[in-house]
Amino acid sequence: MTNKIWVFIDQFEGNALQPSWEGIGAALTLAEELGGGVTALVFGQDVENVAQEAFHYGANEVLLADDATLADYRSAPYTQQLTQLVEASAPDVILFPTTTRGRELAGMAAVDLETGVLVDVTDLEVKDGVITATRPIYAGKLLTKVQCSATPQIITLRGRVFAKPEPDESRSGTLTKVEPAMSEDAIVTDVVDYATSEGGVSLTDAAVIVSGGRGVSNNPALNPPADLDEEEQEIWKAQQGFELVGELAQVLGAAVGASRAAVDANYISYDHQVGQTGKIVSPDMYVACGISGAIQHLAGMRASKVIVAINKDPDAPIFKLARFGVVGNMHAILPPLTEALRQRLEG
Amino acid sequence: MKIAVCVKQVPDTAAQIVVEDGQVSWGDAPLIINPWDEYAVEAALQQAKAQGGSVSVISMGKEGETEGMKHALAMGCNQAFFVADPALEGIDNVAAARVLAAAIEKVGDVDLVFFGKQAVDSDSGMMAGQVARVLGWPALTLTSSITELGDETITVERSIEEGLQVVESPLPAVVSVTKDYGEPRYPSFMGIRKAARAKYPIWGLGDLQLDKLTSVMSWPEIVQPPEREILTEIVEGGSPQEIAETLADKIMAEKVI
Ligand SMILES: Cc1cc2nc3c(=O)[nH]c(=O)nc-3n(C[C@H](O)[C@H](O)[C@H](O)COP(=O)(O)OP(=O)(O)OC[C@H]3O[C@@H](n4cnc5c(N)ncnc54)[C@H](O)[C@@H]3O)c2cc1C
Ligand SMILES: Nc1ncnc2c1ncn2[C@@H]1O[C@H](COP(=O)(O)O)[C@@H](O)[C@H]1O
Repeated sequence: MTNKIWVFIDQFEGNALQPSWEGIGAALTLAEELGGGVTALVFGQDVENVAQEAFHYGANEVLLADDATLADYRSAPYTQQLTQLVEASAPDVILFPTTTRGRELAGMAAVDLETGVLVDVTDLEVKDGVITATRPIYAGKLLTKVQCSATPQIITLRGRVFAKPEPDESRSGTLTKVEPAMSEDAIVTDVVDYATSEGGVSLTDAAVIVSGGRGVSNNPALNPPADLDEEEQEIWKAQQGFELVGELAQVLGAAVGASRAAVDANYISYDHQVGQTGKIVSPDMYVACGISGAIQHLAGMRASKVIVAINKDPDAPIFKLARFGVVGNMHAILPPLTEALRQRLEG
Repeated sequence: MKIAVCVKQVPDTAAQIVVEDGQVSWGDAPLIINPWDEYAVEAALQQAKAQGGSVSVISMGKEGETEGMKHALAMGCNQAFFVADPALEGIDNVAAARVLAAAIEKVGDVDLVFFGKQAVDSDSGMMAGQVARVLGWPALTLTSSITELGDETITVERSIEEGLQVVESPLPAVVSVTKDYGEPRYPSFMGIRKAARAKYPIWGLGDLQLDKLTSVMSWPEIVQPPEREILTEIVEGGSPQEIAETLADKIMAEKVI
């Protein structure tokens, strides 16, 4: 039996999000176990470059829907495109990255296709042709195995769990252009603008994250301007603290994270929050500075490979998960640590 | 304007969750409103106030598990609808979306329905989109702010990986709300008393004309993740400089950067 394994490639303005390629990696493994080929789905406008990239990462075929109606991600035309293709070709498995678009599209297509969704999966097993996925629930406090008895099997993969294949520019495959599924008249929503955030490494893609907590403002050595009120003085101090966090992050090519306490105190914006009600991350290294390690914070970063904790309280729960701990003042440790790592990485 | 909000009750986020005899258990930790749903309720109440309108809260759960709904009422929602049926035990997310969609239709004439970003027990984060698809309404998920709401249209800012996407849509629509929307209010004393006395209908699948609900997903095994064996090394030294040098060597030796 040859299976059709599809992978949705999530792209924004012609740039594929990295977890899409991890999807091709997982699809190639499934194709080996189940037998069959890997087809990448690329939807957008002027995105043939993404289709080519999908071949480089190992797709045998690309279904390309390139049209003005798909220039901006909108759930209705994207879902319609997907379900129409599925109805025409009956794939067995469709993998998505668990990105904002991937998660939404997977869920909505499952409604049309009367199937289920295995969401935010961290492991895939195949036995006698049956796929069993593993996924964290209760913020990773538990793991559940999950199966779906309908086809197609719709699966979203957690980022940074499945290996990304090495791209090879000499690879190519069959490029099939498909017609858009909806006309603009039939689409009721309009994307009127974007406010894209400036540079910086994205938390969920980051291989290394340096995070700050309430401790970032606790530096009695600083003298904030006297014309600020108490709260402003605290935020001013926190900004100096996050500067130290940011300098270490820069040397490591890392993203900057934060605890909820730091976000709630307006030290830094919410998009940096790690934890149960922030982002769930699993970098190779997570450096927690002035973070106590509350259960809701740990829920967001416990899967990090190596955790380094700097905290002045030797009893802080964060140390239980840490590979390396420093009991001390983060404001004193961070500058020489940044310098020491800079020398080693440059040397 | 008629606004609805869907809320779920979940175990307290600070609870130890374990598996006992294959069953998930959170000991005697309380059930609370799903934390993300507090933002959805806040959004619903603010928009209802600005537009002149009422807020209905809809919750699906086991009989008696009405903590989420009561919290929403205590925050200020006007009325509640509870969906409970033994046949709902263990249904999958698409089936759950069909049930909530049917409940929204039964409430009737809803212009705007709010959802939380994600339930902190199942961590699916798909319900808003799925309910929208069942209803055939636009899905405005991950909304961090509503910049305009009129009788017939809504404009929202959605949080996506790249920043914000501004989307304009006709009503009725489904909106899911992120934490950026703004801090949810605390229930008032009066609100809590009102919620405790509130009367609400309990709808079963029959009431929603959903007798043939099918689920295709199964969960053959739930386990506690293996304890990670972490050997913690506390790095010490005579000065921050010395500690930093030793720690830097140890970090390099892990070969993760
Ligand atoms: C429903 C719910 C959801 C939540 N979701 C999240 C979430 O997503 N993410 C999250 O992070 N939290 C979340 N929380 C909050 C969580 O419970 C904690 O309150 C929060 O994580 C604490 O942040 P913190 O560690 O920065 O602050 P604190 O707990 O106040 O800890 C500060 C730490 O800094 C140390 N410190 C102080 N000064 C220094 C210094 N100079 N040098 C070194 N160390 C220093 C202290 O010893 C202390 O350990 C949630 C809570 C609830 C109820
Ligand atoms: N049983 C339920 N009753 C009411 N609303 C729910 C229920 N389950 C999920 N929801 C809503 O759907 C959102 C997303 O849930 P989920 O997709 O399960 O993570 C939640 O934040 C709620 O707003």
